[in-house]
Amino acid sequence: MITAEQKPIQEIMEYVRPYSRILLVGCNECVTVCAAGGRKEVGLLSSALQMAFMQEGKVLDVKEMTLERQCDPEYVEELAGSINQVEAVLSMACGCGVQEVARRFKEKPVYPALNTKFMGASERQGVWAERCQGCGDCVLGLTGGICPIARCSKRLLNGPCGGSSHGKCEINPDVDCAWQLIWDRLKALGLEKRYEDIAPAKDWRASRDGGPRRIIREDLAS
Amino acid sequence: MKTQSALEKVLAAGHLAVTSECGPPRGALPDKIKEKAELLRGYVDAINVTDNQTAMVRMSSFAACLFIGQMGLQPILQMVTRDRNRLAMQSDIIGAYAHGIDTMLCLTGDHPCFGDHPMAANVYDLDSIQFVQMVKIMRDEGKFQGGDEIQNPPKMFIGAAANPFGDPFELRVARLAKKVKAGADFIQTQCIYDLDRFEKWMEGVRDRGLDEKVSILAGVTPFKSVGMAKYMKNKVPGMSVPDELIKRMSGVPKDKQPEEGIKICVETMQRLKEVKGVRGFHLMAIEWEQKVPEIVERAGLHPRPLV
Repeated sequence: MITAEQKPIQEIMEYVRPYSRILLVGCNECVTVCAAGGRKEVGLLSSALQMAFMQEGKVLDVKEMTLERQCDPEYVEELAGSINQVEAVLSMACGCGVQEVARRFKEKPVYPALNTKFMGASERQGVWAERCQGCGDCVLGLTGGICPIARCSKRLLNGPCGGSSHGKCEINPDVDCAWQLIWDRLKALGLEKRYEDIAPAKDWRASRDGGPRRIIREDLAS
Repeated sequence: MKTQSALEKVLAAGHLAVTSECGPPRGALPDKIKEKAELLRGYVDAINVTDNQTAMVRMSSFAACLFIGQMGLQPILQMVTRDRNRLAMQSDIIGAYAHGIDTMLCLTGDHPCFGDHPMAANVYDLDSIQFVQMVKIMRDEGKFQGGDEIQNPPKMFIGAAANPFGDPFELRVARLAKKVKAGADFIQTQCIYDLDRFEKWMEGVRDRGLDEKVSILAGVTPFKSVGMAKYMKNKVPGMSVPDELIKRMSGVPKDKQPEEGIKICVETMQRLKEVKGVRGFHLMAIEWEQKVPEIVERAGLHPRPLV
């Protein structure tokens, strides 16, 4: 999923300060799962903002909505009925959702309430960790299902650097060495031989380096 | 001979090679690099010039190598993949070669989080193995990585690093094998204090015949003080410093510790000379270049051969 965290309340307040009526929009997908921008967080942020402004002697009118998916035009359309009653939109979706709302409602300022972080998985209750950088050319089939691009601090493709120590990365003892994990897994699978094949220099065109990406499915595109 | 490299000639003649290193200054101070290099004249075969070591901005290795070359000494251009993509690396390599630099060390480089620009983007377009492969193809096939032909291709003697003390230990020989397969001509190892582990690694290296394919220069660094020894043991990732050495350093008064550090270094070199497959030494006297001549002499490696 795409993970996110709420921005500091002061930063959000600065965005909202010029307005007295805003629409606060959550998303029912990834940011709900990582407890950053679902219906519950919309309610909490709405109250927090109203209270904070109240202390400054200002009444902020917040209309709350949570869409099924904020990155999908079909659901964003549901805002059309309310958009004219507000001066600005505060989005609690990831960056994709914020941009979709901005694209649809060109005349309304849209502000992000979250910092979008990474594509990750839940390690345990309340802990998410990066797993994928969307490089566009998946190497997991060669690395025992553990991604060296997302999980090695130097995104090395040919093995651990000299700083791997007791299974941990040199940058921080809380970070696992991705190559220790890969090696352990290759051994468990009986695939150690694979390690000595030199992974060639990566073609980064499939990643962000090739410019903004899009997928066109001829069979589905209208 | 693959190149005109003085280091290659020393190794080909069967001598134990000696290299050392100079860290360029943190400013436009040509005299600093010249002073450091002058201390090494006549005591080493070639001088590594570090590339923004520990991820701190310094005068570029390429520029500092030019000064050293102009002094009639032999520089080794160090280059890390942390700061440059493959275009920048290849253009610097042909530029360096055009200026007579014929020996280089290919590294990934310390992560930016260790330096004074932790906010910088890290490039790591290539890893060190892919980097070695690229330089070899530039030299032997005369081709850029993109496939186009290079006019007057750079004939670099290609070095890489190895750390026998990193984990997982069982991958350390395999990783050297990959560097050899990729085209490394010589290896400079991480500082060796843990001789037992180094010898165990060398055993694995010899079992696979890798010592016949690549010239391994054993890395050594003298301790200046017990504080430095403890720092190396506790703070430098992938470094192994046995407790006996810490004890030995702390067993002598502070003013005698530098001498004790040099003694340990020379003893280590004497023992390493007996290890089959060690073809020379890489002496990293960190901000202590003035001690290199003494260490080289006491290790019985002076005078240097004329090749």
